[in-house]
Amino acid sequence: MFDDFLVRATLAGVAVAMAAAVLGCFVVWRRMAYFGDATAHAAILGVALSLGLSISIFAGAMAVAVIMALIVAGLSGRGYAEDTLLGVLAHSALAFGLVAVSFIPDVRVDLGAYLFGDILAVGKTDLAVIWIGALAVVGLIAWRWSRLLMATLNADLAFASGIHPRREQLVLTLALAIVVAVSIKVVGALLITALLIIPAAAARPFGRTPEAMALGAVVIGVASAVLGMFAAYQLDTPTGPTIVSVAAILFVLSNLSRLLWSR
Amino acid sequence: MPPLRKGILMQPLVQTHDIAVSFGGRQVLSHVAITINPGEIVTIVGPNGSGKSTLLRLIAGAVKPDHGQVVRRPGLRIGYVPQKLQLDPTLPMTVRRFLDLPRRCDDATALAALEEAGVSPAADRQMSDLSGGQFQRVLLARALLNQPDLLILDEATQGLDQPGSAAFYQRIEAVRDKLGCGVLMVSHELHVVMSASDRVICLNGHVCCEGTPDVVSSAPEYRELFGTGTGGALALYRHEHDHAHHHNPED
Repeated sequence: MFDDFLVRATLAGVAVAMAAAVLGCFVVWRRMAYFGDATAHAAILGVALSLGLSISIFAGAMAVAVIMALIVAGLSGRGYAEDTLLGVLAHSALAFGLVAVSFIPDVRVDLGAYLFGDILAVGKTDLAVIWIGALAVVGLIAWRWSRLLMATLNADLAFASGIHPRREQLVLTLALAIVVAVSIKVVGALLITALLIIPAAAARPFGRTPEAMALGAVVIGVASAVLGMFAAYQLDTPTGPTIVSVAAILFVLSNLSRLLWSR
Repeated sequence: MPPLRKGILMQPLVQTHDIAVSFGGRQVLSHVAITINPGEIVTIVGPNGSGKSTLLRLIAGAVKPDHGQVVRRPGLRIGYVPQKLQLDPTLPMTVRRFLDLPRRCDDATALAALEEAGVSPAADRQMSDLSGGQFQRVLLARALLNQPDLLILDEATQGLDQPGSAAFYQRIEAVRDKLGCGVLMVSHELHVVMSASDRVICLNGHVCCEGTPDVVSSAPEYRELFGTGTGGALALYRHEHDHAHHHNPED
């Protein structure tokens, strides 16, 4: 069944949506949306380097995403407001990445595939890498769940319980780099942040605990991926943006129904 | 109780030796040597920027000293109540779930801790729906869960009105009496907090003076920092110990 490109695409979308939804809860709770953007945009630079050096796109994108995330974490709190710093880094990384791609000779690079994803081109190996990456992210977050929550709530409270907030921040940074690397073929660098944030935000009205919200985000994320694939196929629209559009519609419906419910 | 264990229980909970801490070149604490003994309520007072919170965070382990050392009694359990917990509105959190962080506890333990802290019927409520006073009591309940030897409170009554914070400190005293834990806290509300303390440490980058509330409030170093008005308010407070309406020392 993996021979069908539609099946592969759907499975890839489900994996990415699941991992992004879980991680996305922390991105929302910790207000890291711009951080996600910076990391994702840097991945384009990673793609350019991978193409130039003929190495795996996953490896290149992930390496540059990790470096970017570490730079951002290291520079934050040193003079510039965080959003200014992230804005500079995110867009510089994207610009340098786009310039770097143009230098690559002989390779006809379809940039759109990396900016907006090319889920239908996901091969069997890609699918395996995407699932391994996604499961690694979910496993990592599940393993450190309590510590991550404590570090998110309050740094001093975490310290008093023997938890190092910076170490947990690093865990999230690493998870973010993995998600970016495995998402780039599925939704592309420009829409990764959407898959992180929209399902989590859509799940917020129904969650009474962090776990319930994360579970809701996974359901909404996976539903967006499956419905988005289906809609893209039926309407002949670009897949990544269609998945994000479905997630956005679910976000609106979630908030509307909450509004009606609480009346 | 075996003599060895009893011997340990008599040891100071925490001792700091010649502590120095600086942030970005600014010296926040220097030559700080304090001792917290089992069962005593110690309050740190001092002007803004005097290093009070830094000292607490140092003892809780969140800050490392540049110089000197912090000696904690072996196996010391610390319960920490932070200054203010800004819960992001996107993070859903029931009181009950909050008490399970970082380790799960059973319902009976959770209820007992809530009752101890004076907020019993709140387990199912969202943290964001609590009033300021209830919120601080839930933080207190969480700090009590692991049966701390030392309870650390960093301006835990910020944002509470005066009767609210007076009630909160009375609750702290009751908790200390029941659990026998030491309490180390920072507060701005001099008159309220001094009456509930066994010992007061007046801090301004270094230890200016320390002793019982009476001794400290009449010490020249203290008067220099806070003026003379507070001593009167302390007496007033003591006089009307079980009334919640009293004068503000700044008046």
